[in-house]
Amino acid sequence: MTERASRIALAHASTVSSGARTRVQRLILFLSSIWAWLFLALLVLFFVVAVPLTTGGAVNFLTVRNSQNILVAIIPVLLLGLGQTFVIIAAGIDLSVGWVMSLASVLSALALRSAFDGGVPLFPSVLIGLIAAVVGAAVVGLVNGVIIAKLKVPAFIVTLGTSFIVRGIAYLMSENTTVIGLPSGIRAYGNDALLYYISGPGSGLYFFERPEAKGELLRRMDAVLPYPVVVTAFVVAWAIFLLHRTQFGRHVYAIGGSMDAAVRSGVPVDRRVIAIYILSAATSGVAGFLSTLRFTAGSAVIGDPLLLSSIAAVIIGGVSLFGGAGTVIGTVIGALIIAVLTTGLVMLNVEAFWQFIVVGTVVIVAVLIDQSRDLITGHVRAGAAQ
Amino acid sequence: MSEPLLSVRNLTKIFGGLVAVDNVSFDVARGEVVGLLGDNGAGKSTLIKCISGVHAAEDGEIVFDGEKVQFASPMDARRAGIETIYQDLALANNLDVGANIFLGREVKTRRLGGLLQTLDDKHMREQSRQTLDSLQIRFPTLTEPIENLSGGQRQAVAIARAVYWDARLMIMDEPTNNLGVPEQHKVLEVIRMLKGRGVPVILITHVMPDALAVTDRIIIMHRGRKVAEKITARTNAEELVQYMVGARDDAMA
Repeated sequence: MTERASRIALAHASTVSSGARTRVQRLILFLSSIWAWLFLALLVLFFVVAVPLTTGGAVNFLTVRNSQNILVAIIPVLLLGLGQTFVIIAAGIDLSVGWVMSLASVLSALALRSAFDGGVPLFPSVLIGLIAAVVGAAVVGLVNGVIIAKLKVPAFIVTLGTSFIVRGIAYLMSENTTVIGLPSGIRAYGNDALLYYISGPGSGLYFFERPEAKGELLRRMDAVLPYPVVVTAFVVAWAIFLLHRTQFGRHVYAIGGSMDAAVRSGVPVDRRVIAIYILSAATSGVAGFLSTLRFTAGSAVIGDPLLLSSIAAVIIGGVSLFGGAGTVIGTVIGALIIAVLTTGLVMLNVEAFWQFIVVGTVVIVAVLIDQSRDLITGHVRAGAAQ
Repeated sequence: MSEPLLSVRNLTKIFGGLVAVDNVSFDVARGEVVGLLGDNGAGKSTLIKCISGVHAAEDGEIVFDGEKVQFASPMDARRAGIETIYQDLALANNLDVGANIFLGREVKTRRLGGLLQTLDDKHMREQSRQTLDSLQIRFPTLTEPIENLSGGQRQAVAIARAVYWDARLMIMDEPTNNLGVPEQHKVLEVIRMLKGRGVPVILITHVMPDALAVTDRIIIMHRGRKVAEKITARTNAEELVQYMVGARDDAMA
């Protein structure tokens, strides 16, 4: 065969996979790639219409106050989910994030309190609390990572084990679940906002300072971008950069796509896996720290219920449990969908337990949509072949 | 003839009680395509894994470019310029062509005075395009995950990766397996192209026509031993099969 003919044959063979799709298939592929955004938009639209209808116009969904409430509500789920995004893309799982968040909350409360009681000013004490939370959490991540990468124990088992261990440590250190006696000044760090806006008579904008507002004025005051939201936004931006723009992120995808290819291409897989679990623990540590500031108390039970919600957010956001696929923004959307659903249903006066039923359904539908993609692209997932 | 690029001397590899490679010696000269022929279990794969740093041999020595070498890992062998393309290709199907060619050796751009390092995907894609062009391989797009590519195209990506990283010796394990006929021809053509560039190739295969089509010399293995070494132009399929099944054996003669 001539060179030219074989080149044509090769080019032809390549077009079979993408060119043979019908218009309907392509439409389905396109819709399934943006369905989470669409679903979020439709959800918001639904509540924008439904909430005033059911309350006779007394309550609106898309107010400044409510949108800020939603942003605050997603923080812990999102922070846990961010680390989990890296872990699951690398075809792992981290079941310890909930209790790691609890441990971090307790550690930061203890460190902050003893620093402040020892005469350290408030702001440095808060920083010490942050360092204690992140470092304490990172140690757990290091243990997870080393056992998974070096001793080759499945991540599911390792992180299940450490989650129990960390739970015990958190209870022991907190001496009965809650650490109190924190300086009252930290309340502002955990709850105040970057910007305040008072509408109507006596209106005004206030940066970095909560205005003295009472009664009627207080009701018309909106807090925009609470500090924890700002901190979380920075973590999100950093995660996007790390996953999508750096060599580390590329390796996370490679490890999840083909561990074997990664090893044989010289990717320092063990080091990367350890770093991924440290990262997962660290974002949970930040979540624990923020919750301590928010409630002016350390809590050994704060993180436990959040584990499954955070995994749900990651899955809804399109991260494949088989590894190799997903984005940070997807997880942000996933967390937003859960928060919008929860908030909206409460505003519709739906019994709170319904949120679990709805979220659970959305998780399963999300995976079904991903699988419908695979049917069309003919893509067989590594884990699905067995 | 100048000194061979690769010289394997009395190599022996034992797994438990099984002698997988038994006292095998052979040379590979620059720009030469050497076929490694044998039935399943003949020891071909074990032999090349000893050369490419996957296995450590019990006995014997490997001389590469005039120096005695002992590779501790596949990475060691690759650093020396020995690139091995296994049947499973070792590609990450969820990454694009450029990401695969540069996997583990990504090109980075320094930002903010070296504080941050980001991936230079544009550069990596451009380099990948040039390498593929030089092998006369054309893809419609380099930005899609390679899971959408055909088997032959993925093979081409693996070859391009080896070529880009200046392979000095290429080892290919059954590269035409599971490919359609046109793609098989393309792979053989790329092997000829490598030879033209002076890059020697060790071609492991059990497909007789492939071996006869592109090799200069053929080494036949049977049950761990090298049973014959033939100049391709002076042998034929019938003779090779007899060696492969153990009916003939030069070493015993």
